[in-house]
Amino acid sequence: MDTAAVEVVDLVKRYGATTAVSGLTFSARRGAVTALLGPNGAGKTSTIEICEGFRRADGGRVRVLGLDPVADATALKPRVGVMPQSGGVPTGARAAEWLNLMASFHASPIAPAVLMERLGLNSVAATPFRRLSGGQQQRLSLACAVVGRPELVFLDEPTAGLDPQARMATWDLVSALREAGVAVILSTHHMEEAERLADHVVIIDRGAVVAEGAPAALTEGRREVCFSSTPVDSSALLAALPEGSRVADGATADGRREYVVTTDDAAALGPEFLATVTAWCASAGVLAEDLRVRRRTLEDVFLELTGRELRDQ
Amino acid sequence: MTEHTSSTTTRAADAAPTAPSQGGGASLFTPAPGAAPMWRMVASQARMELRVMLRHGEQFLLTMVIPVLLLVGFSLTSVLDVGPGPRVDALTPGVLALAVMSTSFTGLAIGTGFERRYGVLKRLGATPLSRFGLLAAKTLAVLGVQAIQIALLCTVALALGWSPDPDPAGVLSAVALVLLATAAFSSLGLLMAGTLRAEATLAGANLVYVLMLGLGGVLFPTSSFPAPLEQAASLLPVTALSSGLRTVLADGSLPGWGAFAVLAVWALVCGLLASRLFRWE
Repeated sequence: MDTAAVEVVDLVKRYGATTAVSGLTFSARRGAVTALLGPNGAGKTSTIEICEGFRRADGGRVRVLGLDPVADATALKPRVGVMPQSGGVPTGARAAEWLNLMASFHASPIAPAVLMERLGLNSVAATPFRRLSGGQQQRLSLACAVVGRPELVFLDEPTAGLDPQARMATWDLVSALREAGVAVILSTHHMEEAERLADHVVIIDRGAVVAEGAPAALTEGRREVCFSSTPVDSSALLAALPEGSRVADGATADGRREYVVTTDDAAALGPEFLATVTAWCASAGVLAEDLRVRRRTLEDVFLELTGRELRDQ
Repeated sequence: MTEHTSSTTTRAADAAPTAPSQGGGASLFTPAPGAAPMWRMVASQARMELRVMLRHGEQFLLTMVIPVLLLVGFSLTSVLDVGPGPRVDALTPGVLALAVMSTSFTGLAIGTGFERRYGVLKRLGATPLSRFGLLAAKTLAVLGVQAIQIALLCTVALALGWSPDPDPAGVLSAVALVLLATAAFSSLGLLMAGTLRAEATLAGANLVYVLMLGLGGVLFPTSSFPAPLEQAASLLPVTALSSGLRTVLADGSLPGWGAFAVLAVWALVCGLLASRLFRWE
């Protein structure tokens, strides 16, 4: 019985001459949180909207709870909750009224009042949607996605533009969904969100998967040696290090340089590697300040894979 | 995935593992998916549509305030030549036709246009409510507002001394005309809302409202127009409705097939086009 919550194979989506998704493949387990992480324009929303049945794929295969999102839409809709990036509620509808409506579409919904309370929306229950703050609109939209007790929910950038309290409330809710056995697919470009919530992270860039795995696995063994000093001859440093090492440097505020030394062979970055770096510094007469070995964060991995330059889209 | 939490509250001191898999039952979010019965979905969606329509300030102005003001204003003053007979008798059928159009065309087009723009139609498409269910709900809401309008306008007209001929066959044909006109206006409104930008729908629907008010025989019969204009106007749905209602309510006779035919053609053509061209987002 255990089909994946979502299975996407070689997905392609084009808009005119632009290819938004080009051969994307991933799968999301049931009862787990899967984060689609990527810069703006990476193809996250297109992928999610194809899974939701809103858009049709131009190529590839998509299965949601083992079913086709377009052909089996009627069977899927009661089982899948959806939170769009924005909007989706008539501007004149009141918050509680709209959640009640969404609840009434389902056979055994969560009591809307309980959900309103939990998401801190009680004080705005009678407020029309257009007068809610951005964060309140987001939380109402989240409540609508889960009120029908779905097996699977799609959350498209659920915490974009939220203040820290609202973000925490959303994270708590996602954790509760996961504990209850609900599969969650969320898109985000918020690294901390993916690292904290997700069982499985799929890093997407330019419409394709560039890396995937558990957050710990993605960062595992990825250590680096950092220090700052007066400018040094970094090619000489590199020559002293084992094969496969890399040295990156950047300016600091006080005119010194910040160096990051790492190696492709994760196992090689041990005590000996550190000793090699410090020995070279000693021989070059360089005082390495703030010397430390640090584990790389998901953000480091993400930037390394997707590039550091700013993009228009 | 639940190892670290399921033990904290329920299983910590519980040494008897007799019920193996009831652990998840306690959570608020434990999946229990399923659609509500169709009638319940349609009923709650229709209630929501009705509330949103009645609450919307400009729509209320268009559907309730303006028709009442026209009826009262032109009944009590003689600014406008409305033809022979008591003024309220001549005015009421046309104002009823205007009221029907304001809800089923103008209000529906503008409301649906903005729902499309704000992603409401798309969001509803992700719920168990089918498109057919949504259309049924919108139809019920439109008919509900129209029932309120007709009750209100008839009450005001009667207070102003309106004396229609309550012939059962005539009343039936008037109801049939209103239903057919509602189908025609709604199809035209949805055609605009589903193909144009929301702002264009807003402007277009208001413009059409004003044009139909002026040219459609709402306040005075089109028989006072020059012949070519009268013939052109007789093909408008609002003219068909207002002249049909006037025949029944003011003249006490049954409307000719012409009015029904005009409305049926509008309903059919716009309905077909709307079902072909309507874009949900």
